[in-house]
Formats: sequence, structure tokens, C-alpha cells
Amino acid sequence: MDVIIESLPQYWDGFLRTLFLAAVSGIIALVAGTLLAAARVSPVAALRGFSMAYVEVVRNTPLTIAFFFAAVVLPRLGVTFQQFEIAAIIALSAYTAAFIAEAVRSGVNSVPVGQAEAARSIGMKFGQVLSLIILPQALRTVIPPMINILIALVKNSSVAGAFYVLELFGYGKQLANDHGDAVMWVLVGVAFFYLLITVPLGYLAHQVERKVAIAR
Amino acid sequence: MKAFLTRRKSLLAAASAAIALTLSACGGGGTGTGSNPTPVEKPSFAAGTTMEKIASAGKVTIGTKFDQPLFGQKGLDGKPVGFDVEIGKLLAAKLGVPADKIEWVETVSANREQFIKQGKVDLIVATYTINDKRKTEVDFAGPYYEAGQALMVNKDNTSITKPEDVKGKNVCSVTGSTPASTIVEKYGAVLVPAATYSACLEPLRNKQVEAVTTDNVILAGFVNKEPDAFKLASDETFTKEPYGIGLKKGDTAFRNWVNDQLESFSKDGSYKKAWEDTAGAVIKTAPELPAIDRY
Repeated sequence: MDVIIESLPQYWDGFLRTLFLAAVSGIIALVAGTLLAAARVSPVAALRGFSMAYVEVVRNTPLTIAFFFAAVVLPRLGVTFQQFEIAAIIALSAYTAAFIAEAVRSGVNSVPVGQAEAARSIGMKFGQVLSLIILPQALRTVIPPMINILIALVKNSSVAGAFYVLELFGYGKQLANDHGDAVMWVLVGVAFFYLLITVPLGYLAHQVERKVAIAR
Repeated sequence: MKAFLTRRKSLLAAASAAIALTLSACGGGGTGTGSNPTPVEKPSFAAGTTMEKIASAGKVTIGTKFDQPLFGQKGLDGKPVGFDVEIGKLLAAKLGVPADKIEWVETVSANREQFIKQGKVDLIVATYTINDKRKTEVDFAGPYYEAGQALMVNKDNTSITKPEDVKGKNVCSVTGSTPASTIVEKYGAVLVPAATYSACLEPLRNKQVEAVTTDNVILAGFVNKEPDAFKLASDETFTKEPYGIGLKKGDTAFRNWVNDQLESFSKDGSYKKAWEDTAGAVIKTAPELPAIDRY
């Protein structure tokens, strides 16, 4: 127990970095994922094909491979960064975007087709139909799966600890080595700080869902 | 390639041994996967001691590293090789356990104390620095070697020659290791943590970190493999890292016994031979056995 208290500075530093990774990757993934979903239902065949290929490839690839690619292969190809956080954000957001895209697409599918037909019949273009009619309804129905994906993202960010980023999990390994006598408590501490992010996230989702859910 | 050759050799050796129908384990050295010290036949130990338990079981579990060239590295043939491994084999032989009855377990820096405490290994020979904090958890026999921390840089790097030069620069080391905390706390480097030392090589090659730091002998192994890419920043080391053999806390009889064996290896030349067969390929001067710390 003492080990958690005396290591609070390390935990806090790791916590902030985990939060930073998850928040930045989450925002990028939400935007990119929604764009991918839009491409998936667009009238342009090339966009549909690209979106489908991206989602299928990335969704079915282990996250560790994505990290390996971002942290090790990209620098080999000449894309180097002094901060490995950037590699982590690239891997996490690219990976999570594929899942967000699928969630949004399922939301789009849940909107009755009559909505789109009605919008088109009053002369709306595809972009307008999607952004004004379909997506606002679609996003409301996919809040629970979306939050699941974001919670998974928070936990997935621990992979960064194995790819040169000192976040919560990275510090956990370091503390475990420094305190060989209290590994259990070190891990309890790590778990606590993850819960500090994920539990409120779930609660927030519940609140948002109550506010915006549409009864069908 | 080398691993492949050694495998072929050991297969050949195994085949010829089978044909000759010799069951004797006295292979001597030179199968390529390191030596094969002759086990003592029916060694006798006081009842109830760890030595007696191991000897009567006829097998021993030794923890070592699998990714540290020259000290403990596991090749494709599944047999670890290196100086630590040789020391482990010598000790096993004194317990009457032949090299092929040793079960090698990978012990990375973070799990060593736990593996000893949980009895997953009988002893650990894994570039394991003796320090006071660890002494509260486990016991150490030895030291059997004294290494020191050094810096490895890219071949064309001239800006780093001493530890003071890394202030504010990215330096890669293994999460939670002693060298990692030294370079950060004493010399103000920015730590880029990796899971293993070998994982530090890519960032160094790509110039995302300026240096890799750990014990000189480990770095020498990497330089040996890629002399065109890397070099040691300096031949001098800036810490003393006495490597000990990790044992269960409170097993004084076993610790004393291991200490005695280390001294006997030094006297009979097997210590020097173990070095020459392994790390001696890179670090030419054979070390003297450091003074045993019989605390």
C-alpha cells in the first residue's frame, strides 16, 4: 500500500500521459471514423471501396502490429519523430477509427430509409442528407457501442508502454521492478488509475444516452 | 546462420553418440552451443539442503536472460548460450546435473525477484546486479563478474563521449533497470523506455535516441554484431555493477556453497574458460573473479 502513496508522482505522470494518448487518439478516431463511415455509404464507388478495405484490414490486424508499424517501420521509411507519443497516437487512432466507422455505419443503417428518401425528395444533396438528416440520428443510437470503443481505447493505450512511451503501464513495469516486494500493490495502483478514466467515461455515456436517446 | 550451423553440429554429435551407444554424458567442450561440463557423479550433501534436493531430483531450473548476447542469449535451436549460461552449467555440474537436464527459464529484469520468491527457479544467473534493495528480497552469491554502465552510440556520433554529454537528450534503456534510473537521476537524460535492450537498437539506428545505456558487456555484444552501425561512446564505465547469482532469501547454506564453487572455478581455470568461450570473443581481457561478498 505504501508503495502506491510514495510512487504517486510516477502514477500521476503516467496517468496524465495515458489520458493524453486516449483523449487525442479518441478525438482523431471519432472524426476519422465518422468520415470513413460516410465514405462507406457514399454514392462514389472508389470511396466505398477504400473505406471497406481500410476497415477490414485495420480491424483484423492486431494492435501490436499497428504499434510496431508506427514506432519501428515508419522511422525505417524515413518518417521519424523524437517523441514516441506521436507513434502511439498514430497507431491508436488509426486502429480505433476502424471500429468507430463500423459503429457509425450500424447507426446509419438503423435510420429508416424513408428519412433519406424524404430528404432527397425535397431536393437535398447527398452531403446534406447525410450531415443534416442521417448522421444526427445515427450517432444518437450508437452512443453505447461508441463508449465501449473509447473505453477499449483507454485500455489499448497500455500497449504504448511496450513501445517506448512511459504511460501508466510503462510506469507500472518500472515500479514493479523497483519494488519487487510489492508488485501486487503496484498493479492495484495501475488498475485504480485506469478505472479513474474508464468508470467516469461509462457514467458520462449513460448520462448522454439519457439526454439524446430517441425512442423508436 | 550460426545457430543453424551449431544445430547441425549438435545433431551430428547426438547422432554419432547414439551410434556409438555411449550413454556417458562426458561430452567435453566444443559442441558449439557452449561447453558441456562433466557432472559430478553422486555428489553428497547434507540432508535437507537445497543442494541435496537438486542433486537427488537430478534437474535444476536456472533463470537467465534470453536476449543478451555474450551472457545469456537463446538462439533458434532453443539453447541459451553465454557467460551466465556457462556459470549456470558449471554450478549444475557440481550438483550432479548434466547440462541437458537444466531447465532454462527466461528471467527479464522485472520478474527476477518474484521468480525466486515463488520458487519458479532454483537460482538466477542473469546479469543481475547486486544491490541493497534487492538484498532485502533475495540473497546473492558472488559477485562472479563486475560490469559497469556505458553508453552505445551510432558509429558516426562524436558528440557523446561521456555520461555528462547526454543531459536533456533521448537515451534508451530498459524500463525499471538500474542503468535507466542512473542515467536519468544522475545525468539528466530523457529516458525512452524499452521492454528489452535489443528493442533499443531500432530507435538508435533511426536517430530517435542519441544513445543506449546499460552495462558495458551487454553493449559490447550489440557492437560485436553490428560493428558498422554502433560503437561504445567510450571504453570507460561510470558505475560498478557487480553481477550476483540470485538465490532464495535465507538459504545461507546454498549461498555459501555457490560462493565456494565460484572460487573453485576461478582456481581450476573453468571460470577463465567459460569467459573465453563466450564473452571473451569480444572482450579480450579475461576478468579475475571479484572478491566474493560473504555478507
